[in-house]
Amino acid sequence: MATTEEVKKLAALARIKLADAELEKFTSEFDAILAYVDTISTVEAPQGEALRRGQALRNVMREDGAPHAQGAFTEKLAAQFSAREGDALSVKQIIQHG
Amino acid sequence: MAKLNELTIVEAARALRAREVSVRDLWDACIKAIEEKNPELNAYLEVFAADDAAIAAAQKRIDSEGENAPLLCGIPLAIKDNILIEGKVASAASKMLENYRATYDATVISKLKAQGALFLGRTNMDEFAMGSSTEHSAFGRTLNPIDTSRVPGGSSGGSASAVAAHLALAALGSDTGGSIRQPAALTGLVGLKPTYGAVSRSGLIAMGSSLDQIGPLTKTVEDARILYEAIRGKDILDATTISDGLYETRKLPQSLRIGVPRHLLAEGVSADVLAAFDATLAKLTEAGHTLIDIELPTSSHALAAYYIIMPAEVSTNLARLDGIRYGHAARGTTLLDDYIDSRTEGFGEETRRRILLGTFVLSSGYIDAYYRKADAARAVLRREYDKAFESCDVIAFPTTLSPAFKFGEKSDPLSMYLEDIFTVTANLTGMPAISVPMGTVAREGTVLPIGMHFTAPHQAEHILFAAGSAVQVAQ
Repeated sequence: MATTEEVKKLAALARIKLADAELEKFTSEFDAILAYVDTISTVEAPQGEALRRGQALRNVMREDGAPHAQGAFTEKLAAQFSAREGDALSVKQIIQHG
Repeated sequence: MAKLNELTIVEAARALRAREVSVRDLWDACIKAIEEKNPELNAYLEVFAADDAAIAAAQKRIDSEGENAPLLCGIPLAIKDNILIEGKVASAASKMLENYRATYDATVISKLKAQGALFLGRTNMDEFAMGSSTEHSAFGRTLNPIDTSRVPGGSSGGSASAVAAHLALAALGSDTGGSIRQPAALTGLVGLKPTYGAVSRSGLIAMGSSLDQIGPLTKTVEDARILYEAIRGKDILDATTISDGLYETRKLPQSLRIGVPRHLLAEGVSADVLAAFDATLAKLTEAGHTLIDIELPTSSHALAAYYIIMPAEVSTNLARLDGIRYGHAARGTTLLDDYIDSRTEGFGEETRRRILLGTFVLSSGYIDAYYRKADAARAVLRREYDKAFESCDVIAFPTTLSPAFKFGEKSDPLSMYLEDIFTVTANLTGMPAISVPMGTVAREGTVLPIGMHFTAPHQAEHILFAAGSAVQVAQ
């Protein structure tokens, strides 16, 4: 069953911070939810190709079309940026120079 | 004539063509009703200012084209807050996207605009379409107009409440596990989840990409058909959309063979809901349709499979929301802080819960036991449905176990998840499904609507509409 340490690790992977109280709550709820979804283990399902029998996978291809004019959407997209320099999105520096 | 905002699409289209009303009259009637009732119901998160040019263009088109004008020309609709309308905020009822303005129209919106339809506003929903009650909105709950102490269902609860209270003639919602059909059932409306790929998802804020479909919430089956026909079709912007005739074409039979999986109804369904279901089936047999016993054994595992596959897709889809390019942008010391703080502040509790569940079922060491197993169960389920449709035209069960519940009644997540127990199968199999009103049951002296649910084979929406109409006539 889930431990608070495991849930904390999942939160870190998902780039989310959980308050301590919330961590306890989520952990106990996870136990109930996982106990329920665990019932899936009793389904007998064929493996591999037998599983997809009769359900052809289709690849979806299309011809390359004429691209839109360069910069047609730049202003609309840039207007959503929280910080911009001209048409560029401004973010924090990630490599520090010693 | 009924009040203008209470008309169906069919009635309004006729009245517009007969010059009994103008497009402006219809718009104003809806806005007046919204001003009176929306402050209490909170069905709309935002009501749009009248688009005078669009109203004038629709009127002109009806005047000049008459009967040839599209049926939706001049019809005011409500749109769920996860469907993009260029220039308008599309927040998915989340703090994360509270300030996000759509940079393009969803394909369904382009299609509706081409028909001359009008948009009244954007409707409330569970955050990112995760929930069955609209209690998980970041902007307050929506009330059920039939009994304001009860939920309107979810996640398309705002759209359902708006149409049920006549604050719009019809609405669009989205359905990942029942989010159109369950609120339709709980508010006495018709709700359709089309075949996966029938309607473009371009411009729909993604939740579970292998499950999501946009569809109508309407007052009648015919209105649902009209709206569905207007929004469907292959779209170059969504590679999962399908061509007509991809699946075997099924002729509409004179009388329907209705498959009933009795084994699923043995427990959980409220006695009076089951009685109403049986009474409706009895009326359908009187009308010449036949009932067939069918078995769908893997259905009992469908909800478990859904609550593995859906969070897996949610955690993947919502990973793009990081506070950098758009949406809520919190700033900390490092770039990683920017991501974490934006996501922690932006996402509500249920959204975070499902992201973590999804992260878990996809993680190394668990992916075989959970995600891959659920995916296999999904294939088995689909095969069972295909088999069942060899002997019947539609499959029937109640849309929900019981009528609308009270606010706060389902406070633990698992009990809320069980609301979707019947509806998720259509999303897992990709088959189309409809909920139509099938009478009422009483709770604490209040008469509440419930829904009859039909599933049909892929691309057999026409059979669903026939089944839905048969129920409508039998009421």
